[in-house]
Amino acid sequence: MSIQVENISFVYNEGTPFESVALKDVSFTIDDNEFVGIIGHTGSGKSTLIQHLNGLLKPTSGRIIVNGIDITTKKDLKDIRKEVGIVFQYPEHQLFEETIYKDIAFGPSNLGLSDDEIEKRVYDAMRIVGLDIKIKDMSPFELSGGERRRVAIAGVLSMMPKILILDEPTAGLDPKGRDEILHQIKQIHQMYNMTTILVSHSMEDIAKLVNKIIVMHEGKVSLIGAPKEVFKHVEELEKIGLGVPQITYLVRELRKNGIDLPDDVLTVDEAKKYILEYLRGVDNA
Amino acid sequence: MLIMLKNITIGQYIPGNTFIHRLDPRVKIILSIIFIISLFIITKFSGYIFILLFLLLSVFVSKIPLSYIFKGLKPILVILILTVGLNVFFTPGGTYLASIGPLKITSNGVRLALFMGLRLIFLIVGTSLLTLTTSPIALTDGIENLLTPFKSIGLPAHELAMMMTIALRFIPTLLEETDKIMKAQMARGADFESGNLVKRAKNLIPLLVPLFISAFRRADELAVAMEARCYRGGFNRTKLKQLKVSNRDYIAILFTAILVGIIIWNRFWPW
Ligand SMILES: Nc1ncnc2c1ncn2[C@@H]1O[C@H](COP(=O)(O)OP(=O)(O)OP(=O)(O)O)[C@@H](O)[C@H]1O
Ligand SMILES: [Mg+2]
Repeated sequence: MSIQVENISFVYNEGTPFESVALKDVSFTIDDNEFVGIIGHTGSGKSTLIQHLNGLLKPTSGRIIVNGIDITTKKDLKDIRKEVGIVFQYPEHQLFEETIYKDIAFGPSNLGLSDDEIEKRVYDAMRIVGLDIKIKDMSPFELSGGERRRVAIAGVLSMMPKILILDEPTAGLDPKGRDEILHQIKQIHQMYNMTTILVSHSMEDIAKLVNKIIVMHEGKVSLIGAPKEVFKHVEELEKIGLGVPQITYLVRELRKNGIDLPDDVLTVDEAKKYILEYLRGVDNA
Repeated sequence: MLIMLKNITIGQYIPGNTFIHRLDPRVKIILSIIFIISLFIITKFSGYIFILLFLLLSVFVSKIPLSYIFKGLKPILVILILTVGLNVFFTPGGTYLASIGPLKITSNGVRLALFMGLRLIFLIVGTSLLTLTTSPIALTDGIENLLTPFKSIGLPAHELAMMMTIALRFIPTLLEETDKIMKAQMARGADFESGNLVKRAKNLIPLLVPLFISAFRRADELAVAMEARCYRGGFNRTKLKQLKVSNRDYIAILFTAILVGIIIWNRFWPW
């Protein structure tokens, strides 16, 4: 499923003394099956932006087209919400059922599916996010924060949306938990061909996963493109407080010192390969 | 419902630095109470002219946008319509004007309905002016100070004020939280807007449970944080900002006194 965002602006509390402009003339396109990262500093409008993509917020101006349907003028958004799943920032705060199973089943049962289908989806979702099926009858409130986060993510996954949006799914997790969740998100993207949008303010997380990056700054899109392209604008990224992955810095310093490496290295593995190649080249000469 | 949350302006504070904003909160509270009492002293429409002038002057000086004041009236619209409606139809006497079914409308009814409606509007505008121009901290400070004399008869003035401060402080937080949880559940297909009353109430569970949990969590965290900083009630506590009555306050008192004077005098007017 594709999304076209055309010149949207959004103002919170319009017409009151508390008015605040959160989005200014934002435009971009996300194609079917893409994996997109939205990155930006705190308060840059990331969360506001993604809430527009399933009609939870209506833009003050501009329009959003999801799969050919203009959702800014549409009244009944049930169908859109079925297709566009959003995992909110700190989603563990939305859990409410007595058991994990029931909580994950909340979304699918709102879709009016049969009990068998719901059960299948709940088990699938639990498996994908790495939860043991055995704990399905426990209360979600007995779990740790990281496990609760998984339950919440499973709660959206079980709806099997065509577009999956995750708002900082790794915020507040330890490095191991973070890597696991990112890995699972990648798997979901590949297994189900879901168009995936990952919001984050960590370049390191995003660089390895996505094929397109949208950089937000003060409510505007400041850069957009493939990670390799975006990371070439180091000065610009630093100016808006983001920076690039550590390894990109290292490679840049090496290049400055006359060591011939490509200028678009993103991961440690890539860098290792090129540096070894370079060293071998030096040895042979 | 999301729209409704947006319109709650009661209890909201609009920061400013005007004459009204800078009045001593104690004076403002007492003058507001006097204003309310004077509303109930009035027996004739002519009295309202002075109330209206007084309010317009205050709103003008406070630089609060008029649109904001009107928005604050929206949540009480139901009560307003009910009051006016009941008075129109159920006041006997006066000349007969019209009838809707078994209900008769008389001139007395219309008169009383208008009178009550206006009183309610003035009451809300007057009190919201107090909260719109006084920060919650100043407001509770003022209340605490006014209640201190009653400490000797066992009234826990400080504790009451602290409870109010905390409650006021958390209203916007809870509204924000409600909005956030609601959106999260709507993204999972929850429906808060359709169905009959029973169904709607049931649909609120996915909203209320997380809301209560987060409220309790916040309360717990706050209590621990206060204790960690050695909070132990009002005992020997001093204030960063001392309340002081200044010339500004005497001017406000004078204006209110003139208003009350005119309104008492108004009772003896023939119209
Ligand atoms: N409910 C709201 N009411 C008023 N203003 C808001 C609201 N939510 C966000 N804002 C404002 O809109 C702007 C963008 O906020 P948003 O939450 O979209 O940022 P973000 O990029 O998601 O930040 P973070 O990384 O901290 O999550 C901020 O300036 C914020 O103060
Ligand atoms: Mg955010």
